[in-house]
Amino acid sequence: MELRKEYVNELARLMRENDKIVILDADLAGAGGTKPLYKEFPDRCIDVGIAEANMICIAAGLAASGFVPFVHSFVPFVARRALDQIAVSVCYSEQNVRIVGFDPGVHTTSNGGTHMSFEDIATMRAFCNIAVVDIVDGVQLRKALPYITAHKGPMYIRFVRKQTDELFDDSYEFGFGKADKLRDGKDLTLIASGTMLFDAVKAADRLESEGYSVDLLGIATVKPLDEEAVLASARKTRRVLTAENHSIHGGLYGAVTETLSAKLPTLCDAVAVRDKITQVGSLNDLKRDYGLTADDIYARAKQLLTNNG
Amino acid sequence: MTVQQFAKEIRRNTLRCLHSQGSGHVGGSLSIVDALAVLYSRYMHVDPHDPRMADRDKLVLSKGHSGPALYATLAIKGFFPAEWLDTLNKLGTRLPSHVNLNLTPGVDMTAGSLGQGLSCACGLALANRLNGIDRNVYVITGDGELQEGQNWEGAMFAAQKKLDSLIVLVDSNKLQIDGATADVMNVEDICAKFAAFGFDAQRVDGHDYEALDGAIHRAKIAKNGKPQCIVMDTVKGKGVSFYEAMGAGVHSTSVTDEQYEAALNELK
Repeated sequence: MELRKEYVNELARLMRENDKIVILDADLAGAGGTKPLYKEFPDRCIDVGIAEANMICIAAGLAASGFVPFVHSFVPFVARRALDQIAVSVCYSEQNVRIVGFDPGVHTTSNGGTHMSFEDIATMRAFCNIAVVDIVDGVQLRKALPYITAHKGPMYIRFVRKQTDELFDDSYEFGFGKADKLRDGKDLTLIASGTMLFDAVKAADRLESEGYSVDLLGIATVKPLDEEAVLASARKTRRVLTAENHSIHGGLYGAVTETLSAKLPTLCDAVAVRDKITQVGSLNDLKRDYGLTADDIYARAKQLLTNNG
Repeated sequence: MTVQQFAKEIRRNTLRCLHSQGSGHVGGSLSIVDALAVLYSRYMHVDPHDPRMADRDKLVLSKGHSGPALYATLAIKGFFPAEWLDTLNKLGTRLPSHVNLNLTPGVDMTAGSLGQGLSCACGLALANRLNGIDRNVYVITGDGELQEGQNWEGAMFAAQKKLDSLIVLVDSNKLQIDGATADVMNVEDICAKFAAFGFDAQRVDGHDYEALDGAIHRAKIAKNGKPQCIVMDTVKGKGVSFYEAMGAGVHSTSVTDEQYEAALNELK
């Protein structure tokens, strides 16, 4: 099932239970998949038109009155265009607004260039109080939503609308601020967020077929980071590779190395976008061009594993 | 206390607050005092002992830098001790010069980055509708502030959603930091603009209590599916002769011991 369908189904269930949940869209209710909610909850679904800054502040006003607003748009139109509104009316004001960004990074594909954003996690993470969640699949999204609703404080969530691939099965339990331990290994720590977790699993398979053992952590909650899990793994392997669909500046690699440099200096490298301009293209071409494939993870892992410096 | 006396008391306490740090946003604080006096003596349904009461009128001071005037009003109404007025912008204060809803009892929305208040007020008005609360949400914006495009996104939304509990008061003091609003970036005709966006719009002397009272009363009882706008013609620095005479420089200026004493003498 597409993530946007998982999302809207679970949100509908939560809205039936909790009459304080409201949703806002900026003319992307159809694209984002929230449209069915407008039929069932006409009073609690608000399409503000093409006015994202307005949407964020309306949500802040609703939150200040006890509602839990979910606002939606493509990543750059919330996490970039409405930055000051998020900073002042949401974060500084400590309002319970959930900001949902669709199609992060390379997943913008043919809308890329202008609609592509590799800096959303860095900017959101730098604001005070806001939690940052990078979703890998529909199971994780569905399991996370009750927590996302109940959380106190602002939150930013990014996911891929039309994705159908699943990594987790129904037994998965979402732990806010907790890393998902996917493999236990001793040679290399591999930490991946969002959809890069799919590539990380493939790379770990290949490394393991060559006799290396990989400690694989999935990170849904980039902020607050599960520092304990990162430190425990790095202490064991002494080599850490991160993988994210985001700029190398200020995202997962930033979060992990901020922790390690202060508490456990460790040899690190990143699979991430290295200051390269956004563009259009197919998903596979974009991933290759930005160095975000399982092969890229494998290659950087091998470099780290053979670096004895 | 008459509304005239209340306004004078607000002006005295606004200057007390600004004098505590020696300078601040004098001009735009003094220009909204008469509107605050009318609102808080005759209209705002609020309880100083229960500032978060759900069934209350709300005020969004979108021109958040005029916090000292609102703080003076709230202190007189008993929302917090008057001594707080002497702590403006001191580390750890409950009274930052730009208003913050988490710090100050009686402040309903954070503001300071101009242009966001009207949108936030739309959210408050919509929340009241969803909660079945029949109360007004007032917004005070500056005239220069209307240069921020987001105001017009908010205005469009208010009209589209028929938020007739929303009353926007525009403090048209005709000055902004860089000079006369008409010279920097003309925002007139403000009434016509709001009317074109679907509001009922009125224009009054923002220092005439009965004119203000009449306008607010008309806006409050209209309940015609249209959001309401009252453009208030005001004077920046109103009430203190030497501040009124300063022109654009009064936006942010000093309140020395001598100036404070001279101002209090005028406000006896």
